[in-house]
This record gives sequence, C-alpha cells and structure tokens, in this order.
Amino acid sequence: MIAARGLRVRLGAAIVLDGVDLDVAPGEWVTVIGPNGAGKSTLLRALSGLVSFSGTVHIGETPIAALRPRERARRVATVAQAPTVPPGMTVREYVLLGRTPYVPPLGRESAADHAAAAQEIAALDLVALADRTLTTLSGGERQRAFLARALAQRAPLLLLDEPTSALDIGHQQDVLDLVDRLRRDRGLTVVATMHDLSIAGGYADRMVLLAAGRVAAAGAPAEVLTEELLATHYRARVRVLPGEHGPLVVPVR
Amino acid sequence: MSRLRPLRWVAGSLAVVGAGVAGLAFGPVPLPPVAVATEIINLVPGVRLESGLDPRESAVLLQLRLPRVVLGLLVGAMLSLAGAAYQGVFRNPLADPYLLGVAAGAGLSATAVIALDGPRTLLPAAAFAGALAALGLTYLLGASGGDRSPAALILSGVAVAAFLQAGQVWLMQRHVEDLREIYSWLLGRLATGGWGDVRLLLPYVLVTAVVVLAHRRELDVLTVGDEEAAGLGLHPRHSRLILVVAASLGTAAAVSVSGLIGFVGVIVPHAVRLLAGASYRVILPLSMLFGAAFLTLADLIARTAAAPAEVPIGVVTALCGAPFFALVLRTNRRVSL
Repeated sequence: MIAARGLRVRLGAAIVLDGVDLDVAPGEWVTVIGPNGAGKSTLLRALSGLVSFSGTVHIGETPIAALRPRERARRVATVAQAPTVPPGMTVREYVLLGRTPYVPPLGRESAADHAAAAQEIAALDLVALADRTLTTLSGGERQRAFLARALAQRAPLLLLDEPTSALDIGHQQDVLDLVDRLRRDRGLTVVATMHDLSIAGGYADRMVLLAAGRVAAAGAPAEVLTEELLATHYRARVRVLPGEHGPLVVPVR
Repeated sequence: MSRLRPLRWVAGSLAVVGAGVAGLAFGPVPLPPVAVATEIINLVPGVRLESGLDPRESAVLLQLRLPRVVLGLLVGAMLSLAGAAYQGVFRNPLADPYLLGVAAGAGLSATAVIALDGPRTLLPAAAFAGALAALGLTYLLGASGGDRSPAALILSGVAVAAFLQAGQVWLMQRHVEDLREIYSWLLGRLATGGWGDVRLLLPYVLVTAVVVLAHRRELDVLTVGDEEAAGLGLHPRHSRLILVVAASLGTAAAVSVSGLIGFVGVIVPHAVRLLAGASYRVILPLSMLFGAAFLTLADLIARTAAAPAEVPIGVVTALCGAPFFALVLRTNRRVSL
C-alpha cells in the first residue's frame, strides 16, 4: 500500500528524518511511536506529500510526488494532531470539506458528495450534532468530526497523528475501536502515531519505533515494546507485562 | 449556515432596493419615493409611466443622484466583498481591504497630486497606480524571505504601509495649505460628477466579483489552514494569490474613485457572519448586498446631516458602523469571530 525508501526531511537546519524505510501492507494498521522530537509527525506529513523530502514514497505503484493534490487527496486522508477548528462552521459543513478532491475546481458539491458526507456523519454517530458548530463540541465529539471529514475523502490510506492525545482513556478506546471497525469494514490501511504505548500496542498489527529521525526498531508490538528498547530510546523506567491484546507498558519509579 | 436561510437573500435584496430608493428620494430637494421608483422603472426601454416629477426634479434624480447612488452601491459592494475575501484568505478577522498597503499607496499618490498641484483629473489614475504599486511592493517584500506565508505577506503590508504613510505625512507637513483638500480625499467621498466614475469602476467590480465568488468554496476550505487544505487537494498558494489579486484590484479601483472609506470592509462581512453563519458561500454574496446598502445609506447621511456641507463618508461609516456592530455583537453571541 505504502512504501517509503531512504526518507530524509530537513526542516531549516535540522534533519528531522534521516533515511527512514517503511512498508505498510493493504489493510494493515501500523503505529509509529517514539520520544518527543523523534520525527513521528514529520513522517506522516512526508507520507502524505505535505512536506518536501528526499528519498521516495510510493502509494501503491505511484510515487506520491507524481500525484496532483486532488489525486493525492483521493488516496491519502490525514487527521492532523491538532486540526484547525474553523469558527462558526457546522459539523455538516466541515465533513463536506472532505469531498474537496471530488468537487470540480470552482464548482460545488454534487448530490453524491452530500450523500457521502451524510453517510460518514451517520457512521461516526454525529447525526444529532450535524448542525452544531464544531466549537461547541466536546473533545471526543470533535475527534469524531475530524475523522468523518477524513473518511469523506474515501481514501484507502488513513494517516492519524496522535488521534487520542486530547481524549480521556474511555474516549481514546472509543475512537480507536471505531477506527479499527472502519478499517475492517472498509479495508482501510491505517498509519498512526501515538504516545500511549499500551493502547498503541493493543490496536496495531505492527509498530515502528522512531528515534532521532531513524527507525530504531520495527515489528510486532511484542518485539518493539520491550523494556530495553524503551529504556534506551525513551530513557524511561518501565515494566512490560503480558496483556490480552498486546504488551502493557507500566511506568515504575 | 442555515440560520435565517429563507430570509437572508430577500433581506439583502430589500436592503439594496430600500437604500437605493432612500438615497434617490432624500436630499436638499426631497422627491416622493413612489415618483422616484416610477422614474427608475421608466429607464427600462419601452416603458413610459407618469411619475409626476417636473423636468428639474427629473434632472436632479437622473443626472445627480442616480450616478452617485449607483457609485455608492458599487463601492460598498466592492469593499465589503474584498474585506470578506481578505478575512478568509488570511484567516484573520481584522483583515480589511487595505491590509496590503493599497490604502497607503493610493493615499500617498493622491496626496502627491494635490500637494504638488497636479491636475485633479489625474487623482483617480494616480490613486489606482499608487495602490497597485504598493501592492506589488508588498508582494515582492513578502516573497523575498522565501517564506511566502500569509503572516509574511501581512507583515510586509504593514511595513510598506508605514513607509508610504511616512512619505505622505512628510508631504502633508510641507504643504499645510493643501491639508483640507487632502483630508477630504483621504476620508472618502462619492462624486456627483455624472456617470464617469461608475463606468470606470464597473468593469473592475464585475471581474472581481466573478473571480472571488467563483472561489467561495475554496475560501471555506482555506479556513482549515494551508497544510490541511493541501491535504484536501487544494493549492492554497494559488487560490490565495488569485483571490488577493482580484480583491486588491477591485479595492484599488474603488479607492481611486471614492478615496479611503474605512470600516465597511471589516464591519459588513462580520455583521453578515454573525447573522448568517460562517460559510463564505453565504458571506461573500450577502456582504456585497449589505455592503452596497450600507454605503448608500452612509452617503445619504453624509450629504444630508450637515447640508449644504458634506460630512466625509468615512466619518459616517465609522460613526454609524461601530454602534451598529456593537448591537449585532450584543444580540448574537452564538458565533465567535
């Protein structure tokens, strides 16, 4: 689905990504973890073609650099870490923005676009909130609206940057369960970045540990979430316990 | 978006018609509104109704007031549309059509023409050229850092405006005897000199309106920020460039015939936003309608409040606009800026 080779991103004088390789199979959920400043968000921005990079990123067979923005937006949908909340915009208007890659330039949405947006509003349980403005929603409701806009793009690849960082633990699980269900129902491929390692391990098929712009480890959650790797790259004192859906990472003093 | 939906277009159209008829009927020579409406209908080829106006009244109506009212409608529509477009493009509620130095460039050129005793017929052309030159300077400066972000453009607009205003103040200090005439231009006024200004401005208003309204959906997409807009398939820089150039051209044309009328470009789009929602598909056309009506009424006050003297229209827009805006803000707190 997505293949990155030798990905290198320089932001100003800093080299943020330094030779990252990444392969994600269709339908797979890969979660990128790593300490602050490791380059996780930049990796997602490079995968979606929103930051200039050297190296190659292929979506399917196509190099992402060869895609025009509209074509790219039909293949990759991104939920940013802290998406902009336009003041005064209703949920319905916001979700309709996700149809932009299908609306002709300078044109307006078709009936099919309205139907697609309505379908995502229903899928994310936002029907009762559709005419409310985004600014009046709670954090969990807003996150569902962000997801609905991304899903309205009908892109097979969904990139989620810290999708649960603003949510309490119950809402974190709600959102991730929802993404997992949508992934299975629609065959989506998911690449997410996350900070909560236990929750991340519970949902991902594979994990990639990024440190200082390089891949420090990659594999099944049990291979990446080890006390040694976390101590080395996070400088964290943790115990890793076996869990039902993946390793549980517990901080200790 | 759905607030006031059925009523908003009717309200906007009624505001334009009402302001237009009021602007035509009231003045030093009062004319009955029904007679005014009849004379206007008579302008339709083949229609000939009895209005009851004598030839002198008819001349006042058709040769003095009608061009001025039409000019007011066009300038008001243009400044409000440009203000709304700027606020969307720069995602800044304080953006107004003069943000990128258009006003300062026009102001300096007009001041130079008056202070250096140039022919006054040159004023519109000089103001237009000055506005475009300032805009070009702002763009060059904003792009020179390689950043080309909206913030860089706004900051270079501030720098260019400060630079040009310094030149203007220097000229004004050197030519104190011309201050009255310079201020009269700077504070804005609508001319009574027939249809010339209307003919000058109309093509710009039409082109700007078509271009900006065609981009109304893009403006909605731009509200999520450049990177997310790019992720949705837009070319944010292309859209911004087209919108800014179109809105600025229209503003420069409006300024060249009316001077610097402040406040309209900020207050009207915000009042519309508060009453009718946040989508630019509603804000842009409604701003044109209400902006046209607002400026026509402001001009009516400007020429009748202290008749036979005229109050500068820029003073009226601020004096009437600020309390009106406070009222709108107070009665409708549901939409945040």
